[in-house]
Amino acid sequence: MCEVKVITGTSAAAEAAKLADVDVIAAYPITPQTTCVEKLADFVANGELNAEYIKVESEHSAMSASIGASAAGARAFTATSSQGLALMHEVLFAAAGMRVPVVMMNANRALSAPINIWNDQQDSLSQRDTGWIQLYAEDNQEVLDLVIQAFKIAEDEKVLLPVMVNLDGFILTHTVEPVTLPKQENVLDFIGTYEPKHAYLDPKKPMTQGALGDPNYYMETRYAIETAMENAKKVIADVHDAFAEKFNRAYGNGLIESYNLEKAENVIVAMGSICGTIKDMIDLKKKEGVEIGLLKIRCYRPLPIEMIKDALKNAKNVAILDKSISLGMNKGAIYADVASHLKDKKTVNYIVGLGGRDITPEDILGIYDDVEISEDGKTNWIGLKEE
Amino acid sequence: MTGSQFPREELFAPGHRGCAGCGAAIVARLALKAAGKNTIVANATGCLEVMTTPYPETAWRVPWIHVAFENAAAVASGVEGAVAALKRKRGKYGEEKVNVIAFGGDGGTADIGFQALSGAMERGHDMVYIMYDNEAYMNTGVQRSGSTPLMASTTTSPAGSLIRGETMPKKNMPMIMAAHGIPYVATASISYPEDFMNKVKKACEINGPAFIQVMQPCTTGWGYPADKTIELGRLAVETGVWPLFEIENGEFKLNYKPLKRKPIEEYLKVQKRYRHLNPEEISVIQKTIDMKCDEYGL
Repeated sequence: MCEVKVITGTSAAAEAAKLADVDVIAAYPITPQTTCVEKLADFVANGELNAEYIKVESEHSAMSASIGASAAGARAFTATSSQGLALMHEVLFAAAGMRVPVVMMNANRALSAPINIWNDQQDSLSQRDTGWIQLYAEDNQEVLDLVIQAFKIAEDEKVLLPVMVNLDGFILTHTVEPVTLPKQENVLDFIGTYEPKHAYLDPKKPMTQGALGDPNYYMETRYAIETAMENAKKVIADVHDAFAEKFNRAYGNGLIESYNLEKAENVIVAMGSICGTIKDMIDLKKKEGVEIGLLKIRCYRPLPIEMIKDALKNAKNVAILDKSISLGMNKGAIYADVASHLKDKKTVNYIVGLGGRDITPEDILGIYDDVEISEDGKTNWIGLKEE
Repeated sequence: MTGSQFPREELFAPGHRGCAGCGAAIVARLALKAAGKNTIVANATGCLEVMTTPYPETAWRVPWIHVAFENAAAVASGVEGAVAALKRKRGKYGEEKVNVIAFGGDGGTADIGFQALSGAMERGHDMVYIMYDNEAYMNTGVQRSGSTPLMASTTTSPAGSLIRGETMPKKNMPMIMAAHGIPYVATASISYPEDFMNKVKKACEINGPAFIQVMQPCTTGWGYPADKTIELGRLAVETGVWPLFEIENGEFKLNYKPLKRKPIEEYLKVQKRYRHLNPEEISVIQKTIDMKCDEYGL
């Protein structure tokens, strides 16, 4: 039997970490992530979750302690957002390089300055080259499901990389939705126990982890991560399929989700909670006899570019939405990654929702109209106030 | 324990890449002898880390982890948390005590790693933090740290005609750590191995955080012949530059009192980092040492 609770996105992440019976949580509060680590603190305080809760003094230490815990053979979970993720930046590389399968929830939020606690995706997009697998949720149910899947993906011997599960700040973190919670025994049966063979700290079998890698060795370690990223594509799909079978919930093929792409010439490529709004608009237009489509990216790293190309084969005009901006390029990261692979299509970049600026259903419909007439390769900022 | 009672087994292997006469290697060797096999080490970036683990070699016969420069204490917090959780949840390690020891140099401890250290100590993790203090950022090429003593010349506190080396006194780490209210704080020296090892042993046995700052002369940074490391460490103690004490549950105890303190000049004159000093400057240093010794009852 499952249980349905009406909960926020951060609670969904905390519930998932509890269901995964994590051993160590090292966390520092930051808006809008805080309610996740508060919830976990409650679980531990009430004996609902048997874990060490390390109340670290910074996000840098949160990630450092998570690496130490994971290297010592524990299942480690942490959560952060924005400035906190940026503070972790250095050690995010270390987590990937040391191949520790830490799972982290990130509440997507804008970066200073000016200080802004509201949602965009600049924080996680700026970490794209750290070697972390990045997954993005559309709603709170997907948050819970992704966190559970994340442990199984991260701990897979063909992967052994840390996984970041992203959810849009406030839009998901602070909005309640009905979420179905599976039974813990089923979750544990699904993800298994973390028993590292590749790297662990145990006095019975001394092992050196995090050694100095000179020019004779460093490059191979990068290549090994790239190989693991490549492996991860299949693992993510397999884990998704196995999850779908066991828990009866599916999200496209686990890496991308196509919505009405068969007949649509004008399509949007997007990531995160905005996909919900886009789907509503697609349904609305369908009733009017207009076919427009969505390609939702669920897995941004590794980026399943072949799948994306294939899913967009019928599209003519592709609008790529970015809730981040690579300053000095006037492009968002998703556009930069995807558009170059779509040479036979018209691609237009839309910079949307920076720092929590509303993206309305009208904006979405406007983008579908605009992508048909806008010139190829252009960048349009949506909702920008004119001077 | 006396010297002959410490195990002969070496958990810190020979063949590392330390300089001839390196004091940091002695720190690690003695500490591991005292702690024993059931130990996990977290190491900050620095001399000790770089010289002991050039892949595919390692000098560590205990499990060892390095992540970054400023986070040895935080990584050790995670390791300690994992050990506790795995003991409790899965019966791993049984009844055995697993020591978690973090090693950091003075830069990685008193400066960039200070926040993580303070956090780990304040949270009460059952770990031993060993600060091997060679009084500068030696691994990077001898730059000043918060632990560099007054008037010592380093590449970022050079002795010039206008500025005479380091302008600030050495940061008082043992007292700062003691102010955290942790059960055990001690100073030590590689030149007094029994004292140092007994302190490591005691720190491992104590439940909760322990901090040991061990002075470790550095041939390269201080500028002296490689065979004088132990001698110089002893001079630091005998001149009162480096008092040996421990603070157990807030109780201060001086461990060694020289019959007669040697003049500071004996310690300074054998080191290149102090060779710019004139007699007047030496007497200024002597006065600061005298004041410190009065305070500690030395």
